[in-house]
Amino acid sequence: MDETSADKARIARQFIEAIPFSRALQMRLDDIGEGVAVISMPWSAALIGDPTRGVVHGGAVSALMDTCGGAAVMSHPQALAGTATIDLRIDYMRPAAQGQRITARAECYQLTRSVAFVRAEAWDEDQSRPVATATGAFTVERAPQTDRGRS
Amino acid sequence: MSAKRPPEPVALIKQRRDRALAALVGSVPYISFLGVSFDRRGDELTAVLRYDDKLIGNPLLPALHGGAIASFLEVTAIMEVSFNMLWDDVEGGRIDVDRLGPETLPRLPKTIDFTVDYLRSGLPRDAYARARVNRQGRRYASVHVEAWQDHRQKLFAQATGHFLMPPRDG
Repeated sequence: MDETSADKARIARQFIEAIPFSRALQMRLDDIGEGVAVISMPWSAALIGDPTRGVVHGGAVSALMDTCGGAAVMSHPQALAGTATIDLRIDYMRPAAQGQRITARAECYQLTRSVAFVRAEAWDEDQSRPVATATGAFTVERAPQTDRGRS
Repeated sequence: MSAKRPPEPVALIKQRRDRALAALVGSVPYISFLGVSFDRRGDELTAVLRYDDKLIGNPLLPALHGGAIASFLEVTAIMEVSFNMLWDDVEGGRIDVDRLGPETLPRLPKTIDFTVDYLRSGLPRDAYARARVNRQGRRYASVHVEAWQDHRQKLFAQATGHFLMPPRDG
């Protein structure tokens, strides 16, 4: 990672860890850089959506995916550190196990002048089967000097 | 002509429906974590997201977090589907509201997929949402949700989701 990327990673980490709703869900930035972000959050009784099985509410998983998607966009080499979600679709494959940490990995796989395309997956401690997958479009501000890869 | 049964006192009807709704909403911890409550007019529900600083996603604007908005919309959709089911059971006399608890409440529908369309940034104030069940079969339901803040016609987010219905007895 060159110095600029290291700076961007540091700025992104500070930015993400200062987001009030992400703090309320106790999100932790585990890894970031080059358009990929990994963010996790612990299981908590306050997040339960299905009381009979102690399963975390889909909305909390959405929040994790959304934060992780935004972080992935901000860490993209050709983006500036500002983004907002345009749309986000989540598919829920299975309930996250009670008591287990949920980890999301998002990748900004394509960037145009104004739109960042993101896909993401989330797991509990069983990493062989995802809990949920997501695809989203985010707004993007490009670095003014960068002209590479312009669509 | 057979004697008609006297109509049920209105206060009793309201109390029964409000208690059914309260039992359902109270069973989901994440709803109170978000600070969402439900207004009821007959069987129509309006979800209210009370503003709290913890819901912010962009402190510079400030704007509500996309995840808080998605959560609010998904909670609204699930409660709409669930309350419809519970309403039929309570009004049909199959469930006694006095005995509503974790054992007797109907199982909640499971989200299959949920797509949120962010139309404008969420302002740091209360938000409202209503869901409409566009199609419900025995196994699947398709639900649309609209959310607004100051103006009912000026949505700040909308969503469509599909839900797996809980298995029903009989």
